[in-house]
Amino acid sequence: MQIKGHIFKYGDDINTDVIFPGRYTYVSMSSEELATHALEDLDPLFSKEVRKGDVIVAGKNFGMGSSREQAATSLVACGIGAIIAKSFSRIFFRNAINNGLLVIIQKDVYDIAEKNDLVEIDTENGIIKVNGKVFPFSPYPAHLMDIIEAGGLLNLVKRKLHEGS
Amino acid sequence: MGKEMKKTFVEKVLNGKQGEIVEVSPDFILSHDNTRAIRDKFLKLGIDRIKDNKKPVIVLDHTIPAANEKYASNHKIIREFVNEQGIEYFYDINSKGGICHQVLSEKGFALPGAIILGADSHTTTYGAFGAFSAGIGRSEVAALWAMDSIWLRVPESIKIVIHGKPRPYISAKDIVLYIIGKIKADGALYKSIEFSGNVVEEMSIASRMVLTNMAAEMGAKNAYIMPDKKTLDYVDSIHKKAFIPVYPDEGCDYERVLEFDVSEIEPQVAFPHNVDNVRSIEDAEGIEVNQVLLGTCTNGRLEDLSRAAQVISGRRVSEHVRFLVIPASWEIYRQALKQGILSTLIDAGAVILNSGCGPCLGAHMGILAKGEKVASTSNRNFKGRMGSTEAEIYLVSPETAAATAIEGKIANPRKYL
Ligand code: SF4
Repeated sequence: MQIKGHIFKYGDDINTDVIFPGRYTYVSMSSEELATHALEDLDPLFSKEVRKGDVIVAGKNFGMGSSREQAATSLVACGIGAIIAKSFSRIFFRNAINNGLLVIIQKDVYDIAEKNDLVEIDTENGIIKVNGKVFPFSPYPAHLMDIIEAGGLLNLVKRKLHEGS
Repeated sequence: MGKEMKKTFVEKVLNGKQGEIVEVSPDFILSHDNTRAIRDKFLKLGIDRIKDNKKPVIVLDHTIPAANEKYASNHKIIREFVNEQGIEYFYDINSKGGICHQVLSEKGFALPGAIILGADSHTTTYGAFGAFSAGIGRSEVAALWAMDSIWLRVPESIKIVIHGKPRPYISAKDIVLYIIGKIKADGALYKSIEFSGNVVEEMSIASRMVLTNMAAEMGAKNAYIMPDKKTLDYVDSIHKKAFIPVYPDEGCDYERVLEFDVSEIEPQVAFPHNVDNVRSIEDAEGIEVNQVLLGTCTNGRLEDLSRAAQVISGRRVSEHVRFLVIPASWEIYRQALKQGILSTLIDAGAVILNSGCGPCLGAHMGILAKGEKVASTSNRNFKGRMGSTEAEIYLVSPETAAATAIEGKIANPRKYL
């Protein structure tokens, strides 16, 4: 999979409350609506500026806090292609992958990337290119890439079950 | 070369290196009242059979008996699903059940070297038996039912060594709160914790379960305690399947080793509204409470009830306090009944409730009003967890809970033991 887009950059400990506010968690929403609230309390311009394939670069512990799955699905809904962070909170990390969102642990990109820089990600070779520099990351094993390419765990399971029968 | 060969517990049990992503097929898959939501996701997959119906373990515990019609129909749909699927391990609302984590432990699912995944964050508890156990999401349980396999990232490990000679009125709860206060709620984020040291070795199985249960509150993926003779004796007559204990190699690669000497600590209290907001009891003594809760998957076992009874025996619960006691399972309920522990508590003025989660998650049986305060032996004190968002939850040990019930304000159990 190849991802190409512009960078949005945020700091450490971005919690699920600012990614997707608690006041909406029990309201059922269409994916368009979900997209309009992504990162609303951290960066009100985000949902207006973001384009399909854009990439979030962040510091440590991205996605800390509650287990709400909308933190991942709202970012998927607005077209985010990947998140590159120094580390992720555990439940967010799982929710992201299981909803088809590529999350990459890479510690060095943060220091040289700035907002709006162009970034390219090559998942097969485990390479991130930004500002003329190349950063390696451990590529996902094939079956995890399958989840992401299928657009999430349950989609993949469904496909496998029906292929098998 | 030698060094690379040494493996941590999780590297062995999950068969992969730290940071690697592996596919695993668990021994058991836990769900509780949330089985209804998981079933809905499962049915959307367009198949009608669970791949291996000997793996799900379903325990009704969160809101039992049903508090209203919504819960009742939820339970009903779960029962129908269990029948349709021929699920063998189902613990309904009867005297075989109790809180899921206690039931899985005492019915022989929590086994050394086993892999147990569950749709509940305190699934970490079974590490007290040397199992690998971790919480997962509801979609993931649905996927597991369908495919019998799931991906996991092999976490880095932190070794926590607890040594010293704790004072006689100090319990495992004080020790784990003390550690959480030091390393904080994200201190073990995504990590595997291995608890060891002379204090852990000397602990009963029930006390070890307090440590692994509360590991979830440090952000850990799982927690582990080396199985020893005590563990093997405990599971000997109850185990649901064959098992092979797994031990870390000596000299394996820990991300950090943390040492705690607990000889000098006093009872610990987690103040509202975070589990890591921990202070020593001197700062809490005298805070008036309206309710005391003794129970939950953290501290509702026989030794907890018996220690509390020891504190309160021959005394009276303060008139200003509602002292609620919930044995963690019906097995414990029965033993506490036989040993006279329940009558000691009742004679003092306690109210014994049926086994289940009760007010721990704020659904029923002891909800707090605005402005009320509770001293609770549970594991979470987030805002609104037990009712009003303007109520305050103080997390304490069973001994401190009993002393608090007597005085009507948070009290050090030292003088009663
Ligand atoms: S007793 Fe509380 S923490 Fe334990 S399983 Fe029930 S709701 Fe969760």
